[in-house]
Amino acid sequence: MDLAIKLIVLLPLLAAAIAGLFCRVIGDRPAQFVTCAALLIAAALSIFVFIRIGFGPENAKLVVVKLFSWMDSGTLSVDWSLRVDTLTAVMLIVVTGVSSMVHVYSVGYMAEDPSIPRFMAYLSLFTFFMLMLVTSDNLVQLFFGWEGVGLASYLLIGFWYDKPSANDAAMKAFIVNRVGDFGFALGIFAVWMLSGSVNFADVFAKAPEMAQARIQFLGMDLPALETACLLLFVGAMGKSAQLGLHTWLPDAMEGPTPVSALIHAATMVTAGVFMVCRLSPIFELAPIALQVVTLVGAATAFFAATVGLTQFDIKRVVAYSTCSQLGYMFFAAGVGSYSAAMFHLTTHAFFKALLFLGSGSVINCLHHEQDMRKMGGVKDKAPQTFYLMWVGTLALSGIGVPFILGNGIGFAGFYSKDIMLESAYGAHSVVGMIAFWLGTIAAFMTAFYSTRLMFLTFYGKYRGDHHTWDHAHESPAVMLIPLYVLGIGAALSGLVAYDWFVGHDWMHFWGPSSIAVKSTEEVLHHAHEVPLWVKLAPLVFALSGIALSYYYYIVRPELPEATAKRFPGLYDLFYNKWYFDELYDVMFVKPALAIGRTFWKKGDEATIDGLGPDNIAARAQDMAGVLSRFQSGYLYHYAFAMLVGVAGLVTYFMLSAR
Amino acid sequence: MLLQALAFYVFAFVVMASATMVVVSRNPVYSVLFLILAFFNAAALFVLIGAEFIAMILVIVYVGAVAVLFLFVVMMLDINLTQLREGFLKYLPVGALIGLVLFLEILFGLGVLGGDSTAMAGLGKAGPQIGAIDNTRAIGRVLYTQYFYLFQAAGVVLLVAMIGAIVLTLRSRPGVRRQRIGEQLYRPKDQAIAVVKVPTREGV
Amino acid sequence: MAIGLGHYLFVAAVLFTLGILGIFLNRKNVIVILMCVELMLLAVNINLVAFSVYQGNIVGQVFAMLVLTVAAAEAAIGLAILVVYFRNRGTIEVEDINAMKG
Repeated sequence: MDLAIKLIVLLPLLAAAIAGLFCRVIGDRPAQFVTCAALLIAAALSIFVFIRIGFGPENAKLVVVKLFSWMDSGTLSVDWSLRVDTLTAVMLIVVTGVSSMVHVYSVGYMAEDPSIPRFMAYLSLFTFFMLMLVTSDNLVQLFFGWEGVGLASYLLIGFWYDKPSANDAAMKAFIVNRVGDFGFALGIFAVWMLSGSVNFADVFAKAPEMAQARIQFLGMDLPALETACLLLFVGAMGKSAQLGLHTWLPDAMEGPTPVSALIHAATMVTAGVFMVCRLSPIFELAPIALQVVTLVGAATAFFAATVGLTQFDIKRVVAYSTCSQLGYMFFAAGVGSYSAAMFHLTTHAFFKALLFLGSGSVINCLHHEQDMRKMGGVKDKAPQTFYLMWVGTLALSGIGVPFILGNGIGFAGFYSKDIMLESAYGAHSVVGMIAFWLGTIAAFMTAFYSTRLMFLTFYGKYRGDHHTWDHAHESPAVMLIPLYVLGIGAALSGLVAYDWFVGHDWMHFWGPSSIAVKSTEEVLHHAHEVPLWVKLAPLVFALSGIALSYYYYIVRPELPEATAKRFPGLYDLFYNKWYFDELYDVMFVKPALAIGRTFWKKGDEATIDGLGPDNIAARAQDMAGVLSRFQSGYLYHYAFAMLVGVAGLVTYFMLSAR
Repeated sequence: MLLQALAFYVFAFVVMASATMVVVSRNPVYSVLFLILAFFNAAALFVLIGAEFIAMILVIVYVGAVAVLFLFVVMMLDINLTQLREGFLKYLPVGALIGLVLFLEILFGLGVLGGDSTAMAGLGKAGPQIGAIDNTRAIGRVLYTQYFYLFQAAGVVLLVAMIGAIVLTLRSRPGVRRQRIGEQLYRPKDQAIAVVKVPTREGV
Repeated sequence: MAIGLGHYLFVAAVLFTLGILGIFLNRKNVIVILMCVELMLLAVNINLVAFSVYQGNIVGQVFAMLVLTVAAAEAAIGLAILVVYFRNRGTIEVEDINAMKG
């Protein structure tokens, strides 16, 4: 068991090292093979670990494997150790599963790229960091993984580094993440200050005492645990692209599609949710922080859905959809329903990765065309992709038939989205209600834009270039097989896993140590007891969203434009992403550039250079010019100079001898 | 005493005046002639003070050799009379000032003009000695005995100067035939002698 | 008044200063420079002899003779150099001697 865990974490690192460092020696094909093989092995081992931990006896729910010691300085003692409990096991499945599928898919998608080994190495490196993050036993190791996935994200977004827009997007992602990481680091410091340890076990044990403490921050006297949790949540906001620090996610679509699928759908962006769930014992003792989490999550869910209504780039629609779904996960965690959040995380990973990879398949089919206005009728050219994309879309919209066979039958999103909204309603708090209504309206919009994507892309007449149309073809098998695997997950994972996550078996599944069980128990209990209309509301809203989309895009295709012209202000607001980028540009980017320019021109050039080297050099030259006039070549000038010198010396000695 | 003083003043004045004329004259020949005059008057001053040997040596060597040499070179170089360049006047104020400063400092240092006059103390009592022993004999007593090495070194200096002057100015003129004794003596046998078998009564 | 050491020293000082002034005030030709050097040496000689007489020590006059010797040698060499310079340059204008200009 220990060996399996170590292998899961270290195999991707080994594969990344081999593919990355020896790519010239071994070539493209072996690099692809090594990385895919390593990931598939890790995925298989993850399934093994998941079964053992998730369904094992109560006392075997937690495994800690210490690797070696990292820092031992004064009272701070940090080790490299791997902690595997149910929460970790779930994440292991998600990460290795999606990552291995993305690896296999990339073999096909990036087949014509000149730097294949570098890509595969970066993907494996990212997987390693993510696995480190989820298996960490202390906050510092989690931060290590946190930063590492940020780094891998930067490398992968800017993979095509000769495109300036890709470079800009990579920097934007990293910098916005950095802002979040700053808050996260402050949170870690606060936790250490309060509890004297960064180890999860120790921190959780001390949590009740920490709840009473107060702390001085920015000159204010604040409740300590609330402050720490809020700071930690700032980090989650950055990493998971919540409202305020979300601006990097749409631009991150500059990277290749497999990157978007892996990092910006299934794994890295979910690190924030994972972190909140992992730290749920202390979040539970910080109710104000939880309320903030709920509000931010609900606001993000709503905001991202509105923007997704108007976008034309196929990947951007899916990106905003991800942002929105992450908001759902956060508000579910905020009301205390951590297992529901994890449930949605798992199902979301499957169908969002499916949607991204499917979009990639469409893009590949149409020769790297990403604008939906130039697509249409692709279902005839790529039928398998078409069916699989419908599976993903229905899963995302949360379509299913309720109440049959106990929990109902439906696609994955049906289960997970419903339980989240039920938890929000069942929390019976103001923020819970806000979250419920915003989430339900967002569900409507989610269904609308997801099916809009389907209709614009696959139905109707092709609106693009005929040359491209003639060459359009279905994707090769190596790209379709991952789609099928993910499709199976998207279709069945909700049905299969409902009981484990949030249903009857949930206590046995999660065990005592992974998430905050007492509060979760209460919340889930309320969630299962909400009125009937609450249980049906998401489904109704989603179906009406689909119907409206059908009406708009199939029956009366001229309507979208007409509606946009009827409400130009609203349309512009949504289309321009609520002008967040422009706002940040004015508030932060321009002042920062101005400060930098001032320091450069005035400070560096004028002052330091001007008074230092340049000035001294210019003065030296001036003096040299003056002194060179003494070298006239005329003997009598030299003799005169000597005479003046002699006279001066004698005068000096005469006067000083007195 | 009065005659002595008068003689001194006359000679001193002429020395200083002719030194000035050396510097100021336009014609270099005039400069040389004024230099000669200065030397003569300096020799007269020496006689006044009682160092007649030095005075005569001055006349013989300086006037007779050095000044004549100067005159010789001036004549040989065929120098045109040039105008006084403007630089003279431009530099004169500053130069004169510096000169004045230096002059005053010399006097000050020697104790003539205030300052530390230990150099002058205890002097003047001796005065020029006439009688006792004449100058030539006095110098001779010391020069060939105590300062013999210096005397020989002076000779070497003169030798070196002579060689140096020759080395600097000697040039070989084309078209002048001279004997090259060394090559003449170095002639090998086969270049000098040709053995010819002469049959009788026929000549070479 | 009695002619004392100071008078002779005064004369020597004047001659010395005139020699120095002559070196860098003249623009005409180089021979005047050499002559000014001779003037300075003459001034030194006067000083030496005057001190020698007034101190009763003959060494000063011996030294004056040696100075004389060296002055003669130096005048010879100096003139030789001048002659060679004139052969090469064709002029002995002081202002044309500026090959050392830096």
